[in-house]
Amino acid sequence: MKSKEGTVYKQSRKGRQGFSINDRAVADKNISDYLPKDLIRTNKARLPELSEFDVVRHYTRLSQQNFAIDTNFYPLGSCTMKYNPRINEETSSYDGFANTHPWQYQHTVQGNLKLMYELGESLKTITGMAGVTLQPAAGAHGEFTGLLCIRAFLENQGNPRKKVIIPDSAHGTNPSSAKLCGYDIVKIPTGPEGIMDVAAVAKVMDEDVAALMVTNPSTLGIFEKNIKEIADLVHDKGGFVYCDGANMNAVMGNVVVADLGVDCLHFNLHKTFTTPHGGGGPGSGPIVVSELLEPFLPKPVIKKTNEGRYVAEFDRPQSIGRVRAFFGNFGMLVRAYTYIRELGPEGIKQVSDMAVLNANYIRARLKDHYSLAFEAPSMHEVVFSDKSLKGTKVKTLDVAKRLLEFGMHAPTIYFPITVSGALMIEPTETENKETLDEFCETMIQIAKEAKESPEKLTEAPQNTFRSRLNEVKAVREPVLREQW
Amino acid sequence: MRYIPHTQEDIEAMLKTIGAASVDELFDGVPENLRHRELLPLPAALPEPELRKELTELAQMNQSVSQRKNFLGGGAYHHYVPSVIAPLVKRGEFLTAYTPYQPEVSQGTLQAIFEFQTMVCELTGMEVANASNYDLSTACPEAIMMAARINNKKKVLVARSTNPQYRDVIRTYFHSLDFEIEEVNFGSDGRVDADDLNQKLDDSVCALLVQSPNFFGVIEDMKSLGSKTKDLPALFISATPDPLAFSFYSPAEAGADIAIAEGMSFGLGLNYGGPYLGLFATKQEYIRQMPGRIVGQTEDTKGRSGYVLTFSTREQHIRREKATSNICTNQGLCALMASIYLSLLGPAGLESLAKLNFSRRDLFETEIKKTTPNAVVFSAPKFNETVVKLDQSVAQKVIALGKDGFLPGIDLSSFYPELENHLLVCTTEMNQEVDIKMLASRLVGA
Amino acid sequence: MSLNPEELRYTKEHEWVHLQGETARIGITEYAAEQLGDVVHVELPEQNAEFEQGEAFGSVESVKSVSDVYLPLTGRVTEVNATLADNPGIINEDPYGEGWIVNLQLKDPSKLEGLMSHDDYQKFLSEEA
Repeated sequence: MKSKEGTVYKQSRKGRQGFSINDRAVADKNISDYLPKDLIRTNKARLPELSEFDVVRHYTRLSQQNFAIDTNFYPLGSCTMKYNPRINEETSSYDGFANTHPWQYQHTVQGNLKLMYELGESLKTITGMAGVTLQPAAGAHGEFTGLLCIRAFLENQGNPRKKVIIPDSAHGTNPSSAKLCGYDIVKIPTGPEGIMDVAAVAKVMDEDVAALMVTNPSTLGIFEKNIKEIADLVHDKGGFVYCDGANMNAVMGNVVVADLGVDCLHFNLHKTFTTPHGGGGPGSGPIVVSELLEPFLPKPVIKKTNEGRYVAEFDRPQSIGRVRAFFGNFGMLVRAYTYIRELGPEGIKQVSDMAVLNANYIRARLKDHYSLAFEAPSMHEVVFSDKSLKGTKVKTLDVAKRLLEFGMHAPTIYFPITVSGALMIEPTETENKETLDEFCETMIQIAKEAKESPEKLTEAPQNTFRSRLNEVKAVREPVLREQW
Repeated sequence: MRYIPHTQEDIEAMLKTIGAASVDELFDGVPENLRHRELLPLPAALPEPELRKELTELAQMNQSVSQRKNFLGGGAYHHYVPSVIAPLVKRGEFLTAYTPYQPEVSQGTLQAIFEFQTMVCELTGMEVANASNYDLSTACPEAIMMAARINNKKKVLVARSTNPQYRDVIRTYFHSLDFEIEEVNFGSDGRVDADDLNQKLDDSVCALLVQSPNFFGVIEDMKSLGSKTKDLPALFISATPDPLAFSFYSPAEAGADIAIAEGMSFGLGLNYGGPYLGLFATKQEYIRQMPGRIVGQTEDTKGRSGYVLTFSTREQHIRREKATSNICTNQGLCALMASIYLSLLGPAGLESLAKLNFSRRDLFETEIKKTTPNAVVFSAPKFNETVVKLDQSVAQKVIALGKDGFLPGIDLSSFYPELENHLLVCTTEMNQEVDIKMLASRLVGA
Repeated sequence: MSLNPEELRYTKEHEWVHLQGETARIGITEYAAEQLGDVVHVELPEQNAEFEQGEAFGSVESVKSVSDVYLPLTGRVTEVNATLADNPGIINEDPYGEGWIVNLQLKDPSKLEGLMSHDDYQKFLSEEA
């Protein structure tokens, strides 16, 4: 049951309160007893006034208007919407983790430092890389951090260089992160096989290029099989290879990215390592780097001394500095560490094995009903184009909206931007065969409906909490806060 | 593996449909020389009981603030976290949803963000707010870059009394861009030195960033600082580390063009520094230059009110290298926690808490002054932190007090060489009066 | 009043140009407006700003995409269509009339090479599809 739920402000009644604290000592005081009048605001902030139970019911009702992994199949490509284990939530809430202060002296937080050190070691092992930082707050923040390390290395050699090469199928964060580091973008096209073309890289690679950014497997779900050759080409001209690790779920345990010639990679802990997506964060974007880049990592770096103590090392003269206050999204690090300890080496490999199996199963069942964007083998996700929809009255968007009516979240749509009307499906390893079958059968039915009764798609969704929303109105007549 | 559902039967049936002989064959797209065939040398898998034991032991290697008498602040404040926040945000429907790309089935998240934006606007007095940034430290450079997009200037003034970690982050962000970052010193009362500012502020300045309450707990005269940029191209950026200060301080009334704040005080808990929550608000006229996601109200095809992500063309997934920021995932769940917290608190709760924080700091200073009036270093009004000058090194005191269960404060000497032997002490509603008195006497007493 | 599309010149970036001696009016074509969808915002240049041929002088946005608008000829902006700030949707409704974007004082009106006639533009569109 989904209830219509007015905003928290609409439910506010003057005099209600859902917070209790012993304020007897200050009951007779006013702010002006502590502060000169000219430092006190004239208009007070209006906050809603509700009892605790009103608040609980309001947010519980709001939650019921959401699709989530826990409630619905969520094959949102590139986002790795897998099951988020509950033990992660338990461990990260332990008093010793949740209630420690980031300015605490190091001898009082040896458990935190040890956990960060061990998590870093595991991320290094999984990728074969030499250095790690857990400081970046999200994947895009990790991209920025990694590129800054590359820039710092080059600058140290006398020339930071001017350009970064990025394939046209990349996540939008890649070019915007590179720009943020002061680089111009050289875009290269996806080759006919759906991967980077060695010749295309060779053509633009010169000594002005600081780095090549690659997502591997690519955003098309295809392994960049020429990656080593391309990396050699980049290295020959003194450049670096940055790997967007958004798709690590496809390869961990089966490929060690250091073997590919990668110099730097970020993880999205909320994708690969099951920290919850939370309706859009918090994320966490650790990066691993090669030996050459290690001295440039943000400080502090967590180390283990010969005596077995754990320290946050600040004395790092070549460091790019801090990219965030404190130690990053520590709560997310506890969750990721818990997950990695649960999996062990066999589990890590099994995750990628089953993620790839699930994606290929969907591919096999749907390839006669939708048009594969590329024939090359799929890894953990499969991308279809809207070619099979040409000549019908429906677009990719309509397929997505119809799927919602069957209680399934839509795949990622219209990305990668290089594929016409892309449908990007990533089932992840935690979905069982029955769910995949139900999804495939639904998709096949929708393909049929697209031809026979297109209005079922173009008018969808009807049975969801809201039907299609007017996004044009939202921009033309913006209402970005409650008015009352 | 309890998280993976595949039976041997499933695997065989699926492989048959695919037309592959083995799972290994599915990796044929990876050249053989790039395949990794051995198991990774990771620690062995742990079943849940052992996992719980190991993590419990790790957590117990720490001394938590619940077991100690904590007087640390400096951008991370120990405030009370109400019991209803965790069970609400741990509901799977909130916890395991992602960015609301399909608004028809994401109204819960979207409405919660809309309400959050409203609360941030109310607290800051500003016209528009985004769905959050990572934290205050990263909101600082984001705000400065936004100012630069608006006025095309490249010289930035940052108050030296801003959290040193935030200033580090600003330096890191702008090192590779062609920006000049200049610091404005503080005067003997702990506030921004007006003479130094007047000297540095001119037509070439992109933005003036001031933290208030500043790193010393001192409340800046933001109105007077804001008025200085009024007739200049420079934008005034107000940064608030403990947003309980919005009970008495309105960035909009001070003339801020961009108001940023750290939202961790709103029910997130300390979490050893993160995840935290960047609050980000500005004037309506600057909305197209604002970073981060924004939710707007609209209606569906049946005329029912609903919410969507809007003004998306500012963002990286559409505008790529021309985007206002590279931010993608923000702090969704943390924004939800803050909304729940503020809904519980209401205006009366916010004011009570602020008064409690004022009064505890007041008590601490009174106790210090009883024996050593000069030990309270800065004379300007303060919120819940203050700087105390010791007669010996902070490190020695910290060790001595640590034995009695105190986490006494932050040593300022490594960030401000002129503040050797100076300790930054934070008192909140979580500090007992008896502990405050004891700390005061131990710090300056015989 | 709408201009007659057959009398306009066109670019490969889907702008139209209406030449009148040393001045020109510029907008985006009906095809471009359709591809973009409902226009929700137009980024306009400053009055008197000067641009080189091929330089982006503004952009047109729908809900989900942004298209830069390029200047087909070097010149100075003499007038921007202020109506677009409040009513950007006019570009969809009347691309060759009320939906014009800027008026331009041309630096060198003889430099018309590279601009297509209406027929050429139609041919170009069918080739692109």
